Amino acid sequence: MPDQRPDPDQLLDRLNAEEARAKRGKLKIFFGASAGVGKTYAMLGVARQQFLDNVDVVIGVVETHGRMETEVMADGLERLPLREIAYRDHILKEFDLDAALARKPGIILMDELAHSNAQGSRHPKRWQDIEELLAAGIDVYTTVNVQHLETLNDIVSGITGIRVWETVPDRVFDKADEVVVVDLPPDELLERLRQGKVYLPEQAEQATRNFFRKGNLLALRELALRRTADRVDGEMQAYRSLSSQTSAAAVWRNRESLLACVGSGEHGEKIVRACARLAAQLGVSWHAVHVESPTRRETNERRRQGMLRVLKLAQDLGATSIELSAPAIAPALVRYAREHNLSRLLVGRSEHGWHWPWRRSLGEAIEAEADDLDVLRIALPARMPTKDSGDDKAIVRPQVRWTGYAAAIVACSLTAVLATPLLGVLELTNIVMLFLLAVVGVALTFGRGPAVFAAFVGVGLFDFFFVPPRFSFAVSDVQYLVTFAVMLVVALVVGQLTAGLKIQVEAVTERERRVSGLYEMSRDLSAALIVEQVAEIATRFLEVEFAFRTAVLIADEQDQLKVMPGATTEVDIGVAQWSFEHGEPAGRGTDTLPASKCLVLPLKATMRLRGVIAIEPKETGLLGREQRRVLDTCASLMAISIERIHYFDVAQKSTLQIESERLRNSLLSAISHDLRNPLASLVGFADTLQMTSPPPTPQQQELVAAMRNSAMRMNALVVNLLEMARLESGAVQLNRQWQPLEEVVGSAVAASAALLDGHPFKVRLAPDLPLVHLDAVLIERVLVNLLENASKYTPPATPIEIEAHADSENVLLSVNDRGPGLPSGREEAMFEKFARGKSESATPGVGLGLAICRAIMQAHGGTIRGVTRSGGGASFILTLPRGEPPSDDGGMSPVVDAISELEK
Amino acid sequence: MSEVNSRVLIIEDEADIRRFVRMALESEGLEAFEADSVKRGLIEAGTRRPQLVILDLGLPDGDGVDFVRELRTWSACPVIILSARSSEADKIAALDAGADDYLVKPFGAGELMARVRAQLRRHTQQTADGDSTIRFGEVCIDLVHRLVERGGQTVHLTPIEYRLLTHLVAQPNRVVTHKQLLKVVWGPGHTEDSHYVRVHLANLRKKIEADASMPKHIITEAGIGYRFVPDA
Repeated sequence: MPDQRPDPDQLLDRLNAEEARAKRGKLKIFFGASAGVGKTYAMLGVARQQFLDNVDVVIGVVETHGRMETEVMADGLERLPLREIAYRDHILKEFDLDAALARKPGIILMDELAHSNAQGSRHPKRWQDIEELLAAGIDVYTTVNVQHLETLNDIVSGITGIRVWETVPDRVFDKADEVVVVDLPPDELLERLRQGKVYLPEQAEQATRNFFRKGNLLALRELALRRTADRVDGEMQAYRSLSSQTSAAAVWRNRESLLACVGSGEHGEKIVRACARLAAQLGVSWHAVHVESPTRRETNERRRQGMLRVLKLAQDLGATSIELSAPAIAPALVRYAREHNLSRLLVGRSEHGWHWPWRRSLGEAIEAEADDLDVLRIALPARMPTKDSGDDKAIVRPQVRWTGYAAAIVACSLTAVLATPLLGVLELTNIVMLFLLAVVGVALTFGRGPAVFAAFVGVGLFDFFFVPPRFSFAVSDVQYLVTFAVMLVVALVVGQLTAGLKIQVEAVTERERRVSGLYEMSRDLSAALIVEQVAEIATRFLEVEFAFRTAVLIADEQDQLKVMPGATTEVDIGVAQWSFEHGEPAGRGTDTLPASKCLVLPLKATMRLRGVIAIEPKETGLLGREQRRVLDTCASLMAISIERIHYFDVAQKSTLQIESERLRNSLLSAISHDLRNPLASLVGFADTLQMTSPPPTPQQQELVAAMRNSAMRMNALVVNLLEMARLESGAVQLNRQWQPLEEVVGSAVAASAALLDGHPFKVRLAPDLPLVHLDAVLIERVLVNLLENASKYTPPATPIEIEAHADSENVLLSVNDRGPGLPSGREEAMFEKFARGKSESATPGVGLGLAICRAIMQAHGGTIRGVTRSGGGASFILTLPRGEPPSDDGGMSPVVDAISELEK
Repeated sequence: MSEVNSRVLIIEDEADIRRFVRMALESEGLEAFEADSVKRGLIEAGTRRPQLVILDLGLPDGDGVDFVRELRTWSACPVIILSARSSEADKIAALDAGADDYLVKPFGAGELMARVRAQLRRHTQQTADGDSTIRFGEVCIDLVHRLVERGGQTVHLTPIEYRLLTHLVAQPNRVVTHKQLLKVVWGPGHTEDSHYVRVHLANLRKKIEADASMPKHIITEAGIGYRFVPDA
């Protein structure tokens, strides 16, 4: 069926993925329901087996908790020494990642996948260390308990009442190459516990009471087994999709993607975890979105940080997380869901709390907005008391708020005072208008809270001072109650809207300012001509826009990072180097070396990394999404500019090169033509002179012969010089053909026949020589040069021979003589231009011959070297790659068969 | 020399070379005519009916190859090319177009005259000889019975080798390019597979030559083709 055909892109992706997987190390996880089931023991058992099979097994970290039987298992395996880290006044021992990478064992054992590293380590978590080990191609064995899996974390804490803070993202577990469940029935575990095999006896007592209750253990065991079953299911599906290759499934899957709509804090985390679990079960991707709206703007820094943490958690759990800014939440979410083809939205459902009956919950709002989207409501528990809720209020109400409320009172009072003399002139309804005006004023200046307050104060004052009976809150006419109600509602609505508008305007102005800042920066960058300018422009932009301090590091040709002048912060070169090597952000706010004060972003251009930028934010804490976005944009703009500058240089250089090459080539052909013709005439005339009648005297003949020889030598010189120049300029196009070596050797020998006169000469070619891919003319030239040297530099009557044989990779051809051999120590230098064996020698030549030989051999992908033979004499050895000769030699050509038929 | 009054046409733009070639030819009793361009050369060739043409490849008004092509439409007279060392492609083009031999500049008068004599001899031989056996060195080819002997021993050749041999032997002293051999033996569809020729010729040499790596009769012209030399 045509639509069942595999998509080539998909196939390519899979191939790439497989290739990447092949290079990566394999991760094997020993997975258990709780501590004490014997994961470490099982891991060591498997490792021992591997060790006995001569696999290079090394213990990175193994926690034996003082258990004898485990200790015994670890005996005999190599242990990597731990690194000591001074933390406050303790010395902590941590896994030494760099040492492990340097040692590069076949398998490394890393107990406790969920372990958090001490501060000052490269990665905050052990699983990140393991990622790096895997990336380096090292196989890793590790152990983990079910309660440490991120998405199951809150379920487990719900069951056991104990919350663990050390968690591992599920994708680490899901991406593992192998998961081995280490299972132990609860009764046996409890028995082991009693025997003191899990904890030392004094701890065991307490542990049994708190955690190791049978009910807990049963539940944990079920969770662990189920989670593993899910994983197996995932493997099965991956296999099935591999074998069936239906592309429709991918589309269908995509449509089912999930969208988690998150607020800040504990509730957000709950929704995120629920969504992650669901997404994992359905095997779909998911997004987490927070909408920042005027009515919901997280003005409070602490809440904002909470929200950032939630989004980061979502990202760690595998979501695409994003922060949107929109006036209303529901439409923004719906639009996002439609744009990204997400059909299910997860929202929180509060069980408690009172809200206005006309105010819809978020879920209802979404349903009203789009009835084709599924809305899943996640039950949220009553707000859990969190550590930070205590000081929430202190910061929520900063000083400026109080002045706002005071101003509200003042504004309303002033309105009352000013309106009093007008009481006779104006209708009461118009006085209401004046109060509304005051509310708008307060809303514009001080925001929502004071505006609401002003609305109530205004109604109160209006009632007290203007509605008869005056100076009392009593109302004579009932219809004034309607006035009050309308006035209050109008004031509240107008106040709300105005305040919202104000916040929105502020947000828009802020964003607009950033965008124009970015625009200006990109304009400046486009005019930058040197890299230093780019660094300076970026530094200035970040200084002005965010008051960040920055340092720009650019890689030179040897990939060494260099700090550009004008840096305003000190950068930790280790962090910068890591980021540059891995092409990922590092330092503050990331998973790598988060203790660093700077955030380091790689400058990733299209072709390669150009350097890094280190940014030191002013405040502590995480950077906002939007700030990060601006920073990323800034970094990529810089990278593009740097690359542009780089290619500008390259282009300039190559234009220059092309120009000079063209000049050289035309010069060469002119010289070659102009020098050869006179030489040809010279030789010709000399020859003709000898044929004249009457024949010249012997003395004259001698002179003529000398003239001819000089002309020929001059010609050889010119040919060599031109050839060298042509080879060096790269103007020579090799005309490579598959041919038998003896043919080239034969023609070279024929060409040097005159030179070899007087030397006993032998050609020894191995019978099994393959066809060689070479340019016959040039290789002949190499051989002629070598033969010429051999005859020139050896005494007459010494033997010269050509020998050839092939090994598995190359064909080796050598020209051997029995002359004085090569000057020792100068075997390499001989191949330099204008180099000769002896600097002052009676033998003519300028020493270009060997340089030409080397250039020709290099153009063929081969080599040439000279050695002094044992027993005296020199040997020049040529190597040519064998390649893959064509198997078809035309022996079965149909034409020939037909012809031979005919001829019979 | 038997060919008294053989006419030779020299087409060359360099006056000095023309002069020395003429002198060399005349010293051997040959009649020489000169031309300095393709156009003049064609006119001279048409009017003087030379027995041999000596042609420089780089001429002011065109390529020597064009001259060869034009000449071959009405004349079979041998053509010797004069060329610079590095222009293999031009030489091959000219030989493919029908030229017979080439000389690399600078060349000696002796070298030139040897080639001239060989070409003139070949031309007269071809017309006179009607013998069905060819002999060179130790080798004897009986064209009627398709028998090849070397030193009295029968040599077994494959059909391809036999065709290669007879084609080369039929044109002594002439440079035959790879392309020409491919076309004759394998057909026009295989003119790019030059390793066919090389492989089979190497085998042929092993059977015909005394020392295949130092051949005496089937000489390699590196990068161009082969030349059959009857007797050294």
